[in-house]
Amino acid sequence: MAATCAAPTDGIPKTVDKILGKYNSDKKWLISILFDIQNEFRYLPREALQYLSKKLDIPMTDVYSIATFYKAFSLTPRGKHSVTVCMGTACHVRGSLSVLEEFERQLEVRPGDTTPDKMFSLSTVSCLGCCAMGPIAVVDEKYHGQVTANKVKPLLDAVKKADAGAAAKKAA
Amino acid sequence: MRIKNGEDLSKLRKSIMQKRDKNRRLITVCGGTGCRAYGCEDLIAALKNEVEKSGLKGKVEVKATGCPGFCERGNLVVIYPEGIFYQRVKTEDVPDIIKETIVGKKIVDRLLFVDQVTGQKVTYEKDVPFYKKQTRLLLGNNGIVDPTDIEDYIVIGGYSALAKALSTMKPEKVIEEVKKAGLRGRGGAGFPAGLKWEITRKAKGTQKYVVCNADEGDPGAFMDRSLLEGNPHSILEGLTIGAYAIGASNGFVYVRNEYPLAVQNVTLAVEQARERGLLGEKILGTDFSFDVEIVRGAGAFVCGEETALMASIEGARGVPKQRPPFPSDRGIWGKPTNINNVETWANVPIIIEKGADWYSKIGTKGSKGTKIFALVGKINNTGLVEVPMGTTISETVYGIGGGIPNGKQLKAIQIGGPSGGCIPKTFIDVPIDYDELKKLGGMMGSGGMVVMDEDTCMVDVAKYFLEFLLEESCGKCTTCRDGIERMLEIVTRITDGNGTMKDLDTLSELAEVVRDASMCGLGQTSPNPVLSTLRHFRDEYVAHIKDKKCPGRVCKALITYSIEKDKCTSCGACKKRCPQGAISGEKGKPYKIDPSKCIRCNVCYETCKFGAIKKE
Amino acid sequence: MIKLRIDGLDVQAEEGWTILETCKFYGIDVPTLCYDEGLTPYGGCRLCVVEIGEGPGAKLASSCTYPAMEGLVVRTHSRRVVKARKMVIELMLARCSSSKTIQDLASKYDVHEVRFKLKHEDCILCGLCVRVCEQQMMAGAIGFVNRGKDVKITTPFDIKSDVCRTCGACMYICPACSARCQGPQEESAICGGCLNMTPSCLEYYDDAQCFMSETSCGTCVREGPKKKESSEKKV
Repeated sequence: MAATCAAPTDGIPKTVDKILGKYNSDKKWLISILFDIQNEFRYLPREALQYLSKKLDIPMTDVYSIATFYKAFSLTPRGKHSVTVCMGTACHVRGSLSVLEEFERQLEVRPGDTTPDKMFSLSTVSCLGCCAMGPIAVVDEKYHGQVTANKVKPLLDAVKKADAGAAAKKAA
Repeated sequence: MRIKNGEDLSKLRKSIMQKRDKNRRLITVCGGTGCRAYGCEDLIAALKNEVEKSGLKGKVEVKATGCPGFCERGNLVVIYPEGIFYQRVKTEDVPDIIKETIVGKKIVDRLLFVDQVTGQKVTYEKDVPFYKKQTRLLLGNNGIVDPTDIEDYIVIGGYSALAKALSTMKPEKVIEEVKKAGLRGRGGAGFPAGLKWEITRKAKGTQKYVVCNADEGDPGAFMDRSLLEGNPHSILEGLTIGAYAIGASNGFVYVRNEYPLAVQNVTLAVEQARERGLLGEKILGTDFSFDVEIVRGAGAFVCGEETALMASIEGARGVPKQRPPFPSDRGIWGKPTNINNVETWANVPIIIEKGADWYSKIGTKGSKGTKIFALVGKINNTGLVEVPMGTTISETVYGIGGGIPNGKQLKAIQIGGPSGGCIPKTFIDVPIDYDELKKLGGMMGSGGMVVMDEDTCMVDVAKYFLEFLLEESCGKCTTCRDGIERMLEIVTRITDGNGTMKDLDTLSELAEVVRDASMCGLGQTSPNPVLSTLRHFRDEYVAHIKDKKCPGRVCKALITYSIEKDKCTSCGACKKRCPQGAISGEKGKPYKIDPSKCIRCNVCYETCKFGAIKKE
Repeated sequence: MIKLRIDGLDVQAEEGWTILETCKFYGIDVPTLCYDEGLTPYGGCRLCVVEIGEGPGAKLASSCTYPAMEGLVVRTHSRRVVKARKMVIELMLARCSSSKTIQDLASKYDVHEVRFKLKHEDCILCGLCVRVCEQQMMAGAIGFVNRGKDVKITTPFDIKSDVCRTCGACMYICPACSARCQGPQEESAICGGCLNMTPSCLEYYDDAQCFMSETSCGTCVREGPKKKESSEKKV
């Protein structure tokens, strides 16, 4: 789903309503509801949170406080491709820091940010539980093991190539 | 569909067994998250394809199982009925496996495991030393069961412990049995599980909750991931038995968001259990009703702490609260709540089925049963290891783990994640036991065991954990939030080569106050990495301060990269890859690194095929 | 009534009281910062920690959140407690040295150096403003945002709140805003001018010898007994 830009505003209430229906508008499922909203829009749009606050009768301060507490949520639009580098202990001991630094150099962003062309979002995670094949990088839900700084550029190039290929197919 | 009672369950088990030919051809592949990084999904598809292409569909079954833990050798393939064990299997190997082994009944030699010590090839799974030396009460079933099929669990005896408890034991008897077994919480603190259940049972109120804490946040630990992904029904069964014993009608499984496969498999398991009447109203025809909701974590390590976890289930910020009151007294929405770790719940059906007497024979006086460890880091056999309590660290690391790779020397074992400590190699013969580890300034923790060799800097390890904890702190307490930040400030100064000896005194003093005065377990244990490295590796701190040297050759500010003239072949590969253009040279002459431009990114070190780059 | 022992005194607390409320009732001085009588206790500043229990199992806990329970043994000025309080004050000074409240605490507890880099923040994250806005003013315009070192107090999205009535309660209750210290120079971060009390008896005893700390001047113990071996838990 191409969603590097924010969804149109009049799409939000309907989408949020549908999600609330799934949970019977029960306040205790707030975190799951936020996940579903983020799945739809690739982030948590301000209008969605404000609408949610009204529908669930939870003060906006609380909704915002909760959304910013948990690292899984992003309040800024994420890129088309997500790159996550595992910074767990096992990966750290095997040199994950140099892998992350190489990603930062190649993409010219810091973890938590998105490239200006909205193509890549870089983030870190504390541990994915794949310690045997560390250092691990997950690109668009695909796990890559034993990543070294030298493997970073080829990995990114492969993603860009696939994009170019898909775009060419579409244009044809 | 619905299983009416215990007898019905036995009948179902027998009928599944009859339907399945024991001698049928079965190929199992580890489908765990770790092996997904090895491409197991493609491998399974390729096997299924090849089976069909060879006209063997219906005669040969291909099944994805849970994670058996031998992660270093993934992809793992076992062929039944013989139990032939293939490791490091790739998609390219599929045609040979089908042609040679399935059809031709011959072994594909190159896929066999080679014993590192004897050099001998091992053909059968039961003979693989990594497995043989363990006591795989819990992990043993992971390699047999398809986690998405409840019948796989039932056929190996699953849910019979629940049937036994519900039909022949009163709730108090169940608690007695768990107490007698000596089961201690596997989440880290090691509180006696049976006692906690008893307290919750006795607490005032009719509405009670049980919770399975699957927020495994310790970086480097993945025992719970493997259990929950690989055999989710075993946890549900344990949780249901616990709910019966305590008198809880509702339960939650709180799974961290970073384990999507575990979330998927346990959600499916709950649905299947409901369909069969093993969850929901009047379970197995008794008066006991119990149901489970799956709650996802959202990326917060602190939510592994009981009170923060409960706040998260209630839909709030995961900020810990003062205990007392304890969750057993006043928990989720003020009701008595019993929270236990995944591995604790997984032990329950075994205790009920085999009895406390049998169970308590395993382990030491103070720590009963087995413990699963995630053996990671600088170790040959990375993976999950299940050993009886009392096994020494040495036996685990060398006997099962295969020792340190590349001929390097062991320096320390980090046990217990960010809340734990670093144990130097001098204590390697310590038995794994809750109380013994605490004496050394460490902690059993949830089971993470990170092996560190001579190329690890212990000050950098302390810094790493402080950075992690600073991000994960909820931010409430001055001592935790500001304390960790300032400990990190001092340790960073030391790793940057600007530390003073006075800094070590300030660091100790601050660490002790953070340990004493913080509100929750995260803050209270956050100084452990600092305190244990100061205690056992003080000389490394002093080397950074006085000599401005990093013995592990890790801290960038204190190491220099240079090219060894006699090893350099002037191939130019390093110069091409250097992001700072710090390497110069020409063909025929050894290359040189300009230290003023070098940012110590390590890329040249990784690139050089001739070992000509020196780090010191 | 709940019977417990505080600083060697047998006291009685009402059902539902915290240790801090019990101390206040008996006039036992425990410093606080994030505590306010009219608001729910938070337990974040850690200044009010007291030592609960005796022997190796004794631990520190914030008295504002710990319930008074039958048989508890509490010490409000043990060596471990005072050491923790001093460090808490030092951490707070490093964060916000321009607050007179914190400067006064530094003077009172003989904190005379700040060994950490000064941050010059205006907020010490005590959360009083959040609670007064929500609980007393019923507005809930501000809240805690983010976590860990990024935690701060602000309105949703950092924009003007539509539920804020500009009542000023948050400014009124803020210990950093309410009185700003004019004293400390950039380099020292410590003023030490306003209040100065040093319980020197702690050099000789595990507990402060008198609790009249408003007037304690440290002259009681002139030549104390031989210095005791430090009974602090060593790692």
